Formats: sequence, structure tokens, C-alpha cells
Amino acid sequence: MADHAIDPRSLLPPDEPVHLLDPDGTLHEDDDHPLELDDEQLRELYRFMVVTRKVDREAINLQRQGQLGVYASCMGQEAAQVGSAYALAEDDWIFPSYRELGAALVRKVDAAGLLHLYRGTWLSDHDPYAHNFALMSIPIGTQALHATGLAMGAQRDGNAIAVITYFGDGGTSEGDPHEAMTFAGVMRSPVIFFVQNNQYAISVPLEKQTAAPTLAHKAVGYGMPGYRVDGNDVLATYAVTKRAVERARRGEGPAFIEAMTYRMEAHTTSDDPSRYRTQEELDEAAKTDPIARMRNLLTQRDLYDEELEQAIDEQAKETAAYVRAGIYDASHGDPLELFEHVYVDPTGHFEDQREQLRAELASSADGDGEEVA
Amino acid sequence: MAITMAQAINAALRDAMEADDRVLIFGEDVGRLGGVFRVTDGLQATFGEERCFDTPLAESGIIGTAIGLAMYGFRPVPEMQFDGFTYPAFEQIVSHLAKMPNRSRGTVKLPVTVRIPYGGGIGAVEHHSESPEAYWAHTAGLKVMTPGTPEDGYAMMREAIAMDDPVIFLEPKRRYWMKSDAELPITTQPAREAVVRREGTDVSVFCYGPMVRTALEAADAAADEGWSLEVVDLRSLSPLDTATMVASVERTGRAIVVHEAAMTLGMGAEIAARIQERAFYHLEAPVLRATGYDTPYPPAKLEEFWLPDVDRILDMVERSMSY
Ligand SMILES: Cc1ncc(C[n+]2csc(CCOP(=O)(O)OP(=O)(O)O)c2C)c(N)n1
Repeated sequence: MADHAIDPRSLLPPDEPVHLLDPDGTLHEDDDHPLELDDEQLRELYRFMVVTRKVDREAINLQRQGQLGVYASCMGQEAAQVGSAYALAEDDWIFPSYRELGAALVRKVDAAGLLHLYRGTWLSDHDPYAHNFALMSIPIGTQALHATGLAMGAQRDGNAIAVITYFGDGGTSEGDPHEAMTFAGVMRSPVIFFVQNNQYAISVPLEKQTAAPTLAHKAVGYGMPGYRVDGNDVLATYAVTKRAVERARRGEGPAFIEAMTYRMEAHTTSDDPSRYRTQEELDEAAKTDPIARMRNLLTQRDLYDEELEQAIDEQAKETAAYVRAGIYDASHGDPLELFEHVYVDPTGHFEDQREQLRAELASSADGDGEEVA
Repeated sequence: MAITMAQAINAALRDAMEADDRVLIFGEDVGRLGGVFRVTDGLQATFGEERCFDTPLAESGIIGTAIGLAMYGFRPVPEMQFDGFTYPAFEQIVSHLAKMPNRSRGTVKLPVTVRIPYGGGIGAVEHHSESPEAYWAHTAGLKVMTPGTPEDGYAMMREAIAMDDPVIFLEPKRRYWMKSDAELPITTQPAREAVVRREGTDVSVFCYGPMVRTALEAADAAADEGWSLEVVDLRSLSPLDTATMVASVERTGRAIVVHEAAMTLGMGAEIAARIQERAFYHLEAPVLRATGYDTPYPPAKLEEFWLPDVDRILDMVERSMSY
């Protein structure tokens, strides 16, 4: 049950987002947000971001070549996604929206499988239980409730895991995240509500989305701490998320994290951002690039050399090529599969319709010699 | 033993919780209070707050978290307090509960039973008397059931909870106090089979939920007029037992569909279409419908003029017989 004696000031976000790494690579250590990362892990964080950007670019190219119907890029948001997902343990769960390629790659989810949603081959093609990574969710904010329900299940099972759910600044205006935060607050469920504030919901800027002082202030109303972090700082994002995850696993309840970031690409490949933002704004945002500053840190610490650069480049290319191979000209499967997963136990009229499609397929196969499937 | 429908459903929930500790019951006021209709009475006392609990007042939240709980491995039985308050959860039901198993190519199973007291006839205030079954039956991925007798209240609830598909379980609230003589546990036919409650030779009357009793009363009254009605309780609205409906029409040559929900695009439209598709040459008359009107649900003092009743059914019987 919620602790009503809670001091609301203890839940308030800091005046400034937590920030540890300057764009020039200077690291400000902070006792409240200990990093405890070794050199290999620092390199790994960098590597995940570079691979994410490469695969993201590949997906945009695939869309331009007519291979994907649409794609929602995460360029500029790599640190927010990689830093937060990296703070999770293997048995923690992720409930993404549709933009979380970076989080998926950290989880080792098959990225080609994810992109089948955008190709239209199927509505997803990964097993959520294989990596505790739920299906992408397009109806805004709805996944926050699934995350909360799963966390409630873990609580009942005495399983001390944490569950993170991602949504956007626009998503904070939808009802479902509010209901989710209400539930998680009351039940002290181990959920991290992670908002990537990329400044826009398609074309609508943050100031038209909320009158709250910051998004993180909303957390107070649900009785959970609101954290704010520089979402282009992979180390700060990691540290803040880690703290929230550990709290949640200890049974201290949910937390809300607002990660300040910027969507460098269009909302999706169908969008024309020139109608609502300027080149100057983009140029300004590019100065806070999450990848460059991490490379600067590695260089300063002598952790970055040509060999590493090549190895990472190699891996990025390999992953991109794998995704390309999985998507390029991927044919749709058997149309009869449309009926296969709708019910565990299908009966009645439903079966008649399956037969109707079967007959249509057969007649188009021998009728006009057209190949199906 | 005399048992009401509400008691029968309560017993089914209790037995399901006893049989499987993954069964969870939650919703608004279902715990301590035992639900506004007392259908969950005593369950929290027996099974504790972990398994039968009150949630915040948020229908989308109730269904959305049921989905997450089911993903974890539980068998949630959430309650929507009233028919007219399911709409805040519409998106979670239609976009996720119904679709996620399919989107996931069957890797995610959602054995969720959503309980909804529905229908009118109890003099309730606005939004407490609606019949939203067509929305759910229209949605691929959901099963929709509604018991018309206390026996089915028990047996179909057990079946719904044991199913791996999501089920919308519509409880005819005006029949909660309807009594039967029955010994628990009760077994009846599988829900997917429609049941002929009364055999007849002149007109088939297809009905479900609250209208089963009304249709049986109409059959009694019709007998006085010399008409023999066959009353078919559909029980499952998705899937629909087309074969039983067609077989009945083949015997009688006439069909009337009865439901409380408004006429346009209601279950009656689907049933009429299926009958004319499959029993065209057996029909002596067009399929007729005795339903609620295409207006919003009326204020309590006017509901008797709105709801289908014995007289409206008999009018349709007369029309059907006149062909
Ligand atoms: C319920 C719902 N309404 C509208 C849309 C259409 N839509 C897709 S993305 C989007 C903007 C979302 O913005 P935000 O939550 O900030 O996330 P971002 O796309 O920036 O990651 C909208 C309006 C939708 N997918 N779902």
C-alpha cells in the first residue's frame, strides 16, 4: 500500500537533469550516481550506440528502397535507450513503444524480426519470452499497463525483477500511462516509466503537450520519485536508471525517469519535419550528439584506438547486413497463417472462412497460373 | 439445492481459484465488498488480497494490467463493474487483448476472462443497462459468452476461465437472482454449442443471456394462441453455433432473433444473415427481430417500453406466421 506519510519533496526531480559526461568527454563523477563500470563496459556502451545508429540508418535505407513500408528512427536517442537498457539484468523485462531499436539491440533481440512489423511481413517476428522484450506497441502509451501488470505478476510470484516501459513525451498525455502509474504507485510495483523526451510528438512540441514544470514532476502525483536525466549522456542515463531499477528490485516501488533527448530524424520516414522545425534547431541539437561525447571520453582514457574503431565498425556492418538480408525481398508467408494464431481453439464460422481463403488461393493458383505465397 | 445465477457464478469463481492458484480476481470493489452485485463475495476472505483485490478506479488499467499478468503466467478474471463502463477499456480490449496472441504468432497467450454484468430491466440509472455484446463479437480474437441460466452461470464460467483464449463473459444482471435447482459442481454442454431450451414446430426463437427467460415466457404465451415456439439459447456469441440454428430453422421454417441490444448491426443482423445464407429454401418468412430500439438506452421509467418483452416477441411471431 502507498505510504501516505511520504514527503512530496523527496519525490521531486532535481532542478537540472543529471549529467555526468560533457560533450568534450569530461566526466563529472557523482557519489549519488556511482557508475561502477569497467573499461570494457564503457567500450560496450559505446559499441551498442554505434551499432544502433548503423542499423537505424540501414532501416531508413531499406525504407527508401521500398523494402519497409515505414520506419521510426531512433537517431539521436541512442544514449537514452542503450544507457537505460544496459542498466537491466537479463531477467528484467522491457515493454517498448515502436522506436526502441537501441534497447532491442542491447537485449540481443533479432532486429530483422522486429522490422517485419514495418515491412508488413507479419505484425512482429520475435518471441517476447526469449529476451523478455515485449512486442512493439503502436497505440501510444498502452504498453505501460502491460508492463505494470507483468510487474504485479512478478510481485505475486515473489520474483524480484524490474520492468521498464518506454514511451514518449506525447505519450505522457495519454490516459494509459497515468492509469499504469496509479496502479504501480498504489501497489508499489517494480516498474520504471522511462520517458524519452525527444521534444516532439510528430510535429507537436513539448509546450503544447503539457503545462507541467517538467514531465518528471508528474511522478509526484503518483507517489513515485521523478528523475530527470540528460538522455544524450549514456553514463548518466545508465546511472539514473540503475538506481531506479535497484530500488524497484528491493521492493521500494516504481520510478519515473524523464530523459532529455532529441529526435534527429523525422518522426517516421513518412514525415516532413521541415514543416515544424528549423535547420538551426537541428544544428544546435547535433552539438549534443550522444555518440561523439562517449568517443571523446574513451579517447581521453586511451580506451579508443584504430583497432577498436575497426572492430566496432565491422560489427555494425555485420548487424546491418544481417538485418538487410532478413528484410530484403522477404516474402510474405502462407496467407492461411492469417487464421492460425487468432484463437488457441478456433471453432465455427471462423473455420469456414479459412476454407474460403484456401479455395481462393487454390483457384488463383491454377486459374490464372499466378503463384501465391 | 436452490441456487441463484449470482451464487452459481460466485461458486464457479471460488472453485476455479481453488483448482488453480494462478487464477486472480480483481476490479473495482470486488475485494472487501464482494462486488456491487456480490458476485465475488467472500473470495478475498478465502484466498487473500494477493488473489482477489480491489484496483484503482480505472477500467483501461484493469484490462491493461490483466494483459501483463497473463503474459507473466496468471489467469486473470477482471471485472468491469457495469456494461456502460467498459468503454474506457475499449482500446485495451480491442487493440491488445484481442490481437496480441495473433501479433505474437501465438507465442503470447492471454487466458483472460473479462466479467461484465450487462443488460437492463433493473430500473438503473443511465449507463448501467447497456448491451455492448456486438462490439466484442465483432472483434476477432475474443470469445464472447453469456449464460441464460444459473447452471450455465457456473459451467460456462468454469469453461471460460480454463480457456486459453480471451473471453468476454457477459452476465445478465437482471437474472442474477434467477433460481434453479442444481447440485454443484454443474456440468452443461460446451459453451460453443447452442441449446434448444424448448422444442417447437412453428417458429425458432434465437435468444441469449437475459432474453432466454423472456423467450420461454413468450413460448408459454404463444402456446395459448396455438403457436409452437422453439427456443434456442445461443450461449456463445463468438463463435456462433450456426449448425444448431440452421437445423432449428430447417425444422420450423421461421426464425425470430431476440436481444436487448439495439437492432442495427446487433447480433440479430448476423444471425439473420447466416440463416438466409444456409437455410434459404427452408424459410417460410423473413427472419424477424425483436430487439431494443435504435435509441440510447432509455431512462428507467421508460425502459419497459424499450426492452423487448413477451408482447414484442408475440407480435413478431404473428408477423412471421402471416407469411
Ligand atoms: C493512441 C494513438 N494515437 C495516435 C497515434 C498516432 N501517433 C503515432 S506516433 C505519435 C506521436 C507520439 O509522440 P511521442 O509519444 O512523443 O513519441 P515519439 O514518437 O516522439 O517517440 C502519434 C500521434 C497512435 N499511434 N496512437
